[in-house]
Amino acid sequence: MLDIRNLTAEIDGKQILRGIDLEIRPGEVHAIMGPNGSGKSTLSYVLAGREGYEVTGGSAEFDGKDLLAMEPEERAALGLFLAFQYPVELPGVGNANFLRTALNAQRRVRGELELDAMQFLKLARARMKDLSMPEDMLKRGVNVGFSGGEKKRNEVLQMALLQPKLAILDETDSGLDIDALRIVADGVNALRGPGFSALVITHYQRLLNYIVPDRVHVLVKGRIVRSGGPELAEELEASGYAGDLAA
Amino acid sequence: MPAVTETIDTVQSVTESQYKWGFSTDIEMDMAPKGLNEDIVRFISAKKNEPQWLLDWRLRAFAAWQAMEEPRWAMVSFPPIDYQDAYYYAAPKQKVAPKSLDEVDPELLRTYEKLGIPLKEQAVLAGVEGAGESPAIAVDAVFDSVSVATTFKDRLEKEGIIFCPISEAVQNHPELVQRYLGTVVPQSDNYFAALNSAVFTDGSFVYIPKGVRCPMELSTYFRINAKSTGQFERTLIIADERSQVSYLEGCTAPMRDENQLHAAVVELVALEDATIKYSTVQNWYPGDAEGRGGIYNFVTKRAACRGARSKVSWTQVETGSAITWKYPSCILQGEDSVGEFYSVAITNNRQQADTGTKMIHLGARTKSTIVSKGISAGRGQNTYRGLVRIGPKASGARNFTQCDSLLIGDQCGAHTVPYIENRNMTAKVEHEATTSRIAEDQLFYCRQRGLTQEEAVGLIVNGFCREVLKELPMEFAVEAQKLLQISLEGSVG
Amino acid sequence: MNEMSPTALTGAPLGADSFLHRYEGLRQRLPGARLPWVAALRERAAESFRAKGFPTRRDEAWKYTDLAPLLALGFAEPLSSVDDDAALPPSQGGAARAVFVDGRFRADLSALDDLPYRVGSVAEALPRLDGALGRLAQPSEQPLAALNAMLFEDGLVVRVPPGVAGGVLELVSMASGGERPTALHPRHLIRIEDGASLTLIETTTGPEGARYLQAPVFEIEVAEGGRLNHARLQTESRAAFNLSTVYAAVAGGGTYDSFVLNAGGRLVRNEIHTALQGPKAACHLNGAQLLADGQHADTTTVIDHAAPDCPSRQTYKTVLAGRSRGVFQGKIHVHQIAQRTDGYQMNQALLLSPEAEVDSKPQLEIYADDVKCSHGATVGALDADQLFYLRARGIPAEAARRMLVRAFLQEAVEAVEDPAIQAALDRTLQAWWQAEDREAA
Repeated sequence: MLDIRNLTAEIDGKQILRGIDLEIRPGEVHAIMGPNGSGKSTLSYVLAGREGYEVTGGSAEFDGKDLLAMEPEERAALGLFLAFQYPVELPGVGNANFLRTALNAQRRVRGELELDAMQFLKLARARMKDLSMPEDMLKRGVNVGFSGGEKKRNEVLQMALLQPKLAILDETDSGLDIDALRIVADGVNALRGPGFSALVITHYQRLLNYIVPDRVHVLVKGRIVRSGGPELAEELEASGYAGDLAA
Repeated sequence: MPAVTETIDTVQSVTESQYKWGFSTDIEMDMAPKGLNEDIVRFISAKKNEPQWLLDWRLRAFAAWQAMEEPRWAMVSFPPIDYQDAYYYAAPKQKVAPKSLDEVDPELLRTYEKLGIPLKEQAVLAGVEGAGESPAIAVDAVFDSVSVATTFKDRLEKEGIIFCPISEAVQNHPELVQRYLGTVVPQSDNYFAALNSAVFTDGSFVYIPKGVRCPMELSTYFRINAKSTGQFERTLIIADERSQVSYLEGCTAPMRDENQLHAAVVELVALEDATIKYSTVQNWYPGDAEGRGGIYNFVTKRAACRGARSKVSWTQVETGSAITWKYPSCILQGEDSVGEFYSVAITNNRQQADTGTKMIHLGARTKSTIVSKGISAGRGQNTYRGLVRIGPKASGARNFTQCDSLLIGDQCGAHTVPYIENRNMTAKVEHEATTSRIAEDQLFYCRQRGLTQEEAVGLIVNGFCREVLKELPMEFAVEAQKLLQISLEGSVG
Repeated sequence: MNEMSPTALTGAPLGADSFLHRYEGLRQRLPGARLPWVAALRERAAESFRAKGFPTRRDEAWKYTDLAPLLALGFAEPLSSVDDDAALPPSQGGAARAVFVDGRFRADLSALDDLPYRVGSVAEALPRLDGALGRLAQPSEQPLAALNAMLFEDGLVVRVPPGVAGGVLELVSMASGGERPTALHPRHLIRIEDGASLTLIETTTGPEGARYLQAPVFEIEVAEGGRLNHARLQTESRAAFNLSTVYAAVAGGGTYDSFVLNAGGRLVRNEIHTALQGPKAACHLNGAQLLADGQHADTTTVIDHAAPDCPSRQTYKTVLAGRSRGVFQGKIHVHQIAQRTDGYQMNQALLLSPEAEVDSKPQLEIYADDVKCSHGATVGALDADQLFYLRARGIPAEAARRMLVRAFLQEAVEAVEDPAIQAALDRTLQAWWQAEDREAA
């Protein structure tokens, strides 16, 4: 599904990723943990194709295709979804219009039929109900005036609608109370299956109680320094990153 | 500057008038004949023993001035100025130039003491040792047309810093003066700048060498004393590569029934990685409650951020003058250079102010910030006028402007005239302006807590100006806060 | 004509002289030539225009708009060539429609039967308009008002009686084009009486490529509690000039609600003077400018708060592509009597091209103390974070850009309350996008 080899990247000439190796197979959920500034968000932006991040070496393949050569929207259409740590506000862009445009753009690329307004609304309402989101969120501008929790839930709603093959959740747990956290986790778990993989980026182990990963990696100073099963997350929660930082 | 505030208190207690700096000094003066013509220009140049190139420069400026018209676009009104009915040179009589403070006329020293300006190095130093924190301030004192004393020159010289009257710099550092004079504000830039270029008499000159961080605040104190004189000082500050300097400027004048003209030019040059901070507390005599007398403050101040990453920050507190016409500006030429303008302008009684800034973005990633706070009271008229221009090469340039007006009473006016010109799509310009008055509930809240109406207004006004006052060097900030309150006395009934 | 006046190779005078020359030639034939008050008004206007001519960039109010391209043309009399309604712009959904072709009222193309208010042609109604025409537009104060007073040939006159809800009235002002440039000077008079209302949707247009000038003047009076919703859809030829001046006087409790959409024209200026003359009079001036290569559009507003308790709201948005230039000048003037004024103004520009230029001058002039006034202006490019967010969701770059441009305009469009105007705006915007698409393809 995702195959990253010796990936290095920099911002403004400053090297952030120093050789990442990571393979996620279909159906697997991986977690990346690490202290602040270790390169977690950079990895997610590089995979999603944000400007300003220069890949200086290595490769990243998605479904056997060279991810790094593609435009952000092409990656999205292939089924790569990034849940942003700080979802952007789009004043004047209605949430419903935005979601339908995105969904149909992806369906078009995949050769699927586009949804008309009625079909879309039906689908969106069902998904929103699952996520306990009030329906008027569809009418509001994308993320405009949303609370931190609402923004994160909106990210999960988008994921539920777009049905990606691989979701990268960039600190989706930050700023969430326990109820919101559970809703977000339920949203991810509902998608779990042989056709869905996820890369959960987090600073804390808390989220991993709800989204139990198959593998856990520790990212420090732009490198994965340790990998293990779910128990590794618990170990880190107890002991912190001090040992990894010193290494 | 504890000395300053203390003196303000003292002066305040000895005079009943609202303008505490309105006394005049009785001292024998050396005056040029009244009026303005080529001979007066030659007279001033001869008095200053200037080289030929500077006389020629002045004469060119005078010729340009004669061909120009007095600008009338500002939102200020005043009767026609008779430029022939004023003295263009007035200096305290001295047989020989004083070599040290001991030789300065004691009457002058008393004047500055009364104004709270520390001209005695030891006294200030003693104060420093006692307090253990307040830094020393070097002062250039300009009395009417000439500089009468400059302190801490020796100590600054050790660092290679030149801080002296510009007339002295013309004699001792002609190459620097000739290289930079008029390069930021050309002689024919505008009517008042041309006038100044023809007849400027003194002012301060500062040169900070490469890599030097000026160890103390530099300051010039301007005093208009003589009757029917104009003051035309010229200040030139050059901060060489990687240097830093903070410069303060203060001004007062006696209370007189006539209007006096102050047409200064200030030029700042910041080279690569240099920083200049220029702070002004302008407290010229504002005229009386009926609008009689007061200074016409028509000033051209401009900075050239020539080098990459250079920075110029203007901070001004304008409480005095009958009319203020002044736009301290930045030409942001060097890449990543930064311009800032922080301003508080108060107009009370019949005062008029038309002030603001120009930020001319030429280089890539240049940034500017404008924060203007205008307060109108009595029958005062207060206008913010500003230009933000982004040139086609200023990619990634950024400006933020905030300009707020506060009205106290229903006979005054507050106006905002910003110009925004953008020719680069990657630049981002934001402008916000608000106008409001002090809310009744704010006043009531303060008064319920035991403040008088005037104290409450002072408190609220200080809060309104907070963003600007915090940019002032600490010693000045205290003085400025007091000034704000004094300037507004009698504005609330 | 003196010998120094500039002339084209054809010998026809140019610039201001061209218009004065026309006036001299037409004065006996212009409508109202036999009415002394009309003749006197035109003569006063000509005198003023002769003295001042067209404004230049030395005039503070014209600092950013140069009329030189207009002055380089000589103008001829229009030869109307529109014979049926096939050439007219599509209906905006209103049942009532007044059509002017080349400045002249065309009863044959209009539909004005059975309306609950009086509507007709200024040229025909002139004998009854003494005291009304020219009340708000003073030739001595504004060169374009002088130009119009000197040469107006016709226009719409509407009076909605007290308490009558007038519904939607469409006003079409069309140039027929032709070989030589033509100049049109409509004068429109609209009066909404106490408690009455009207939605006026105006379309100014002409055949693509045609060179002409439309220089209308509106005199609008809204009496107590009345309301005029006024949409102006400017879809002139890309070679045309439109210099519009609107004077609106609003009495206590009345509302003037204006939306100007500038989508066409080579050089366009919309100048709106609104006077809020009674307590709780309100005005909403909103607008959007969509500028492509070679276009210059200038929106200039003056709101006079001359009475207490009046709110004014302005939101203007400009999108600039290619080598285009957008200008916004907006002044809020609060008189001493106008306590408790609530004035808000927002002006934003979005630059899509490195060659575009935008100039903005939002201005406050305030002489009352109990006021709440604010204005904001922003200029910038599309937000890179927003663009990436959309693309990360699979929306192609071009579609994402377009989505953000629409969203940018949305705030101004949303400020329009009238559904008929909303629909008209949507249609005009849609047509503009389609034209852009064709150009891009």
